[in-house]
Amino acid sequence: MNRFQGQKLDCLRSARPVFRGLAFQVESGGALVLTGPNGSGKSSLLRLMAGLLPPAAGSLSWNGQTISDDPDAHRLRLRYLGHLDAVKPALTAAENLAFWAGLMGADPGEAVAPALDALGIGHLADLPARFLSAGQKRRLNLARLALAPAALWLLDEPATALDAETTDRLRGLIQAHRDAGGMAVVSTHSDLGLKDAANLDLSGFAARPALDADTAA
Amino acid sequence: MTGFRAILMRDLRLALRQGMDSAMVVMFFVIAVVLFPLGVGPEPNVLARIAPGVLWVAALLSVLLSLERLFHTDFEDGSLELLALSPPALEVVVLAKVLAHWLITGLPLIVAAPVLAVLLNMPADGFALLLLALLLGTPTLSLIGAVGAALILGSRRGGVLLALLILPLFIPVLIFGVGAVEAAIGGFPARAPLLLLGAIFAGALALCPWGAAAGLRQALE
Repeated sequence: MNRFQGQKLDCLRSARPVFRGLAFQVESGGALVLTGPNGSGKSSLLRLMAGLLPPAAGSLSWNGQTISDDPDAHRLRLRYLGHLDAVKPALTAAENLAFWAGLMGADPGEAVAPALDALGIGHLADLPARFLSAGQKRRLNLARLALAPAALWLLDEPATALDAETTDRLRGLIQAHRDAGGMAVVSTHSDLGLKDAANLDLSGFAARPALDADTAA
Repeated sequence: MTGFRAILMRDLRLALRQGMDSAMVVMFFVIAVVLFPLGVGPEPNVLARIAPGVLWVAALLSVLLSLERLFHTDFEDGSLELLALSPPALEVVVLAKVLAHWLITGLPLIVAAPVLAVLLNMPADGFALLLLALLLGTPTLSLIGAVGAALILGSRRGGVLLALLILPLFIPVLIFGVGAVEAAIGGFPARAPLLLLGAIFAGALALCPWGAAAGLRQALE
């Protein structure tokens, strides 16, 4: 049973506060859905959880241990999915995925084909990625999640550019990951329909005349 | 170690598929060197006198030309943040990309250099040392350049800024690289400049991956 926690988190972007005093908690099998209007800090919070962005104040912990004390261990247990698809147009879909598999320490020969099939793009394996549509590139990026298990998934608007059928596949993938004891933090605008997911609404931070006023001061 | 290999193989494969990076660097090297006989006149003695310096300066500028893209494409398409979050330490990622960069650009330069040395009428005594000095010097250029390439990520006039940041740091390599070749041509022992080139390489190998990784983390925030 793992627990991922954040306490009293402050986030600054170029000296402008995005959110303050934020707290969250996710446990094995759980999901946390981040909602809120554009600019409310959903992506910033996910980058903070991934360790790409250090919090201005507050702390993140895994099973009670502060994450910044051991960033190497944190990288090993997380999968991050950002806005950009990280697809190399000169490589085929399978080669793109095989690279990430090798990097994660999975066997590319075994892991790549099932991961492509899990997102329904098995038939595109040998196609150079520059011929893929936006939605297919997104699926290729999502296929990284199916390569090897990891305890924590951080997904930033994973359903962007996906059709209804693939959104269902994604929901199934997240559910299977949770059933296997993993946890997921997902930012979204459309309701993904995740079961028993906790919701963290960041919209309170979007309207921030008070915060703006005190940066000005 | 598997991560190192995966990144190295991917960068080499990308370079082979896209093909142009390597060829462009060598073409630039050739054209830059060929400009000198046109500029200073075809007097063989004058060309022989300036040959080591011309070859080294042209090699420096060719490497500089290719450095801007070292991290840039990965930064733009989001691969860099995933690399930063993958199991290998970011320093290892940097080292793998630097090795790939050297194999793609530094090695072709070393192959082209003797041909151009003939063109400039460089005395034959200097050839072996030219190759040896380039072999020690060009990896250092890739390593130092990686720090600059990491620092300019996200800035608009990246290329010019990179030249201003990095060229001054290339000066020691230039001085001892030319020094080794001229010593051999003049009949003096070239041991001292070679040892110094080796020392600069060792120092760069120890420090630059950390510097570049710190620059990348800053760029990803």
